[in-house]
Amino acid sequence: MPELVNSLNWVIGGAQGSGVDSAANIFSRACALAGLHVFGKREYYSNIKGEHSYFTVRVAETPIRSHVDNINMLVSFDAETVFRHSSDVSEGGGIIYNADIAETKIDEVPTIDDHASARIKKTLEKAGLGFSVQDALEHARSRGVVLYPMPYFQLLEEFAKKVNDPALSKLTRMTNVMALSASMALTDFDSGLLARAIQFIFKAKKRVAETNVQAADFTYNYAKAKFADQNGFRYKLQAKPADKDIILVQGNQSSAMGKMVAGCRFQTYYPITPASDDSEFLESNDVLDLYDSGDKGSTVVVQTEDEIAAIAMAIGGALAGSRVATATSGPGFSLMAEALGWAGINEVPVVVSLYQRAGPSTGLPTRHEQGDLNFAINAGHGEFPRIVFASGDIEESFYDTIKVFNFAEKYQMPIIHMLDKAIANSVMTCRVFDTNKTRIDRGLVADKISDSDRGAAGNYLRFKLSDSPLSPRIPLGTENAIFWNTGDEHTEEGHITEDPELRVQMMDKRMSKLDLALREIADEDKAVLYGNPDADIVLVSWGSTKGAILDAIDRLQKDGISVKFIQVRLLNPFPSDLVRSLLGNSKTVVDIEMNYSGQLGSLVRQHVGRQPDYLVVKYNGRPMSLDEVYNAVRRISSGNAPRRQVLKNGT
Amino acid sequence: MALKLADYKTDVHNDWCPGCGDFGILNAIQMALADMQIPPHRATIFSGIGCSGKTPHYIKTYGIHTLHGRVLPFAQGAKLANPELEVIAVGGDGDGLGIGAGHFVSAGRRNVDMVYIIFNNAVYGLTKGQASPTLKLGMKTKSLPQPNVNNSVNPVALALVSGFTFIARGYSYDIRHLKDIIKRAVEHKGLAFIDVLQPCPTYNDINTKEWFQGLDNIDPETKRVMPRIYKLEDTGYNGVVNDPSELNEKMAKVVEKSNEWGSKIPIGVFFQNEHVPTYQERLSARIQNYMEYPPAHQKIADANGRPITNIEGLLDDLRVDK
Repeated sequence: MPELVNSLNWVIGGAQGSGVDSAANIFSRACALAGLHVFGKREYYSNIKGEHSYFTVRVAETPIRSHVDNINMLVSFDAETVFRHSSDVSEGGGIIYNADIAETKIDEVPTIDDHASARIKKTLEKAGLGFSVQDALEHARSRGVVLYPMPYFQLLEEFAKKVNDPALSKLTRMTNVMALSASMALTDFDSGLLARAIQFIFKAKKRVAETNVQAADFTYNYAKAKFADQNGFRYKLQAKPADKDIILVQGNQSSAMGKMVAGCRFQTYYPITPASDDSEFLESNDVLDLYDSGDKGSTVVVQTEDEIAAIAMAIGGALAGSRVATATSGPGFSLMAEALGWAGINEVPVVVSLYQRAGPSTGLPTRHEQGDLNFAINAGHGEFPRIVFASGDIEESFYDTIKVFNFAEKYQMPIIHMLDKAIANSVMTCRVFDTNKTRIDRGLVADKISDSDRGAAGNYLRFKLSDSPLSPRIPLGTENAIFWNTGDEHTEEGHITEDPELRVQMMDKRMSKLDLALREIADEDKAVLYGNPDADIVLVSWGSTKGAILDAIDRLQKDGISVKFIQVRLLNPFPSDLVRSLLGNSKTVVDIEMNYSGQLGSLVRQHVGRQPDYLVVKYNGRPMSLDEVYNAVRRISSGNAPRRQVLKNGT
Repeated sequence: MALKLADYKTDVHNDWCPGCGDFGILNAIQMALADMQIPPHRATIFSGIGCSGKTPHYIKTYGIHTLHGRVLPFAQGAKLANPELEVIAVGGDGDGLGIGAGHFVSAGRRNVDMVYIIFNNAVYGLTKGQASPTLKLGMKTKSLPQPNVNNSVNPVALALVSGFTFIARGYSYDIRHLKDIIKRAVEHKGLAFIDVLQPCPTYNDINTKEWFQGLDNIDPETKRVMPRIYKLEDTGYNGVVNDPSELNEKMAKVVEKSNEWGSKIPIGVFFQNEHVPTYQERLSARIQNYMEYPPAHQKIADANGRPITNIEGLLDDLRVDK
């Protein structure tokens, strides 16, 4: 088989807490240092130690935005990884495994649940094999997969001897780096870059970094020598000059960095997967550098007792005049519903970063879904304005975060910024975030109050009725500007009223801000069209499915199948006119979403009057792969698809 | 020009029942603000939901009437974003010790420098007299279909174990005494809690003004009325922790005193401990200019709307071309 250079889908697996993440981060960093583009994603159980986790990293010379199903290189050091993933390794691919555990039987691995075990056994049984690691490997080998046994324990002992540190022989934690290093040797990757990546990942611990570099080097040379006489591994990674201004960034940092730039100075949160990382990143970097200033800025991050307190405290901070946010996931957002309405009726700018995960209830707490769209649009009793805005990938999430803070303050309402587990737990190379492209707009804030802004009692009319639905905000503590807020319907001063006429006026004032937002928000922030505008097939989606859809469109293009894609970004208020015009005269509308019912599809039908012809949905907790989207659209294009396709790939 | 009591009053019609104990608390808050000459714009009164929730509308300072049970998180958020604000949170006993009890306990852990006043009448007034968390077990106030089946929470002891650093009790018909407690609470460095006994003339027909006055509590020998309410300070009680070594002893006394009920009910300052760092001080330990440059005062953009936060350091770390 011919060599394939710089096109690899690499997967490492292992028990949670055994260094899978570190190894994948080193691999990603090393490839990025080599001038290659990467897209990685992390899958893990709701568990601290012991359950199976794995990290998929796709590598290419051009930017990539999604994962694929077939594995080219499976890197393992435990039995479970072989059992769970070996059947996904493609012909010509390789498996690096622990030679000492080849005899382990599937029933001896307690973390493989009955359902997965039954599926794996069925496959092996069909092939006439037993249920050991060796059998699973044999099954892969029979399909043309190359096996690379690694005697990790023996290597650890030899390494300990070599560096004269007997304690290291027991350091099984280091097998992650050894396994990774073996894969680098097989791909002929530059060992110097690998060392740099290790030093970067362990930069806080110099000694650990040094030992790991030595261990990597030792294993690299061992693997090179040991597998030299086999036919070379088909997949190679070659360094090339790096594109300029590329960063390797995690999805749980990008929106947080956006918050820093946006001037969010107060964030509250209650711990919840996958949203906590956002807050923890802000807290880890709470003191901020400022341009042209001797002062330091800062973000106060408060861990609250629950999500009700989180949003209430954030609203309090906003009333005092700070830009504020709270970050949560579905269960926490459910608790925030009542206070969201309070922010709505009192016209308080507050941003909720909603990192969706699979629900309902606790659902699949560490798995992905886009099931909260309807809820975000409708959360809370009564009617009040809110903007629901969805980012499609890591890079977008940075710039969008700055935009949503502007929306919050310009339109004085709560904003729900939709993110999700797929974005939060992925890592990719992209252009460095450019803060010069961003602007801050704090909307109407009164710094001086004139007499016309006052009511009969001489108080500031915070909710003054006028031709514009916007009345200037004022931070608490401002002199001569006293006003009130209440969750009851209010007068212009903010006192309680039950007057029927005033009620209508205040409802109209608040709700018409949505019309204003819809008029003012730029088209590119409402919905974006990709692909051939004249294509007959149009894909409609929102959020993190963007990457797989764009990559699938490229592949479909090569097959001569022309499609276009509308990424809806502003979900509430819904940009009906723009979406209608982008749909154009397309014959076939395909709604693609990571949920059961096709929630965006319903919105399109509701607002645009166009029923999607096909639904491609997925709700097994694993993000859509490029292959899945590609195959689903191909099926539709060939006229052989059912109206509703349910995607089911993923481990 | 000195600020007068009238400067803290609004013209909003007060719709509390005639004879409501809330009036005394409202007056005491306004008197305390006037006594301390706190400019109205510097103070914000936060409230929860219920009769007490309407309090801010009657006070001419910033007034934020929040959600049922959530007054403490709203108030703490504002105070942490701008520590210059003088923050007073008020709410009912159901609001603070029922639906909001979790926030009560967590606020104690933080010790944010502000005041929390509970208007304690042992019933849910605005929903027509259901039993609140402070109604004693077996009591049957007039609108209850059955005697109260729950035991009551002890607000003073709960505040103590939650970490409040100033704990007092007032009586709404002793306005001057309550005003002095509120002033001490405002001056206290840390989170202050005031439990105010406040008869509900409409729904609590047990713990009435007359009951607190002791009209039914006759000394068998002298045949004189024995008021139930007495002042801790009149008995030589001193709840101030002057030295951390006194802490256990003082805490034990607070619990003992807080359990007094029936014929003798203490009011006054149960506890004060300024040896616990406030949340603001804890934040200042990691963000050195927090007090001078808190979230609400930070500049975030230049005159052209360009962000001024410099994240180049963080981005450099992520760059792969360096």
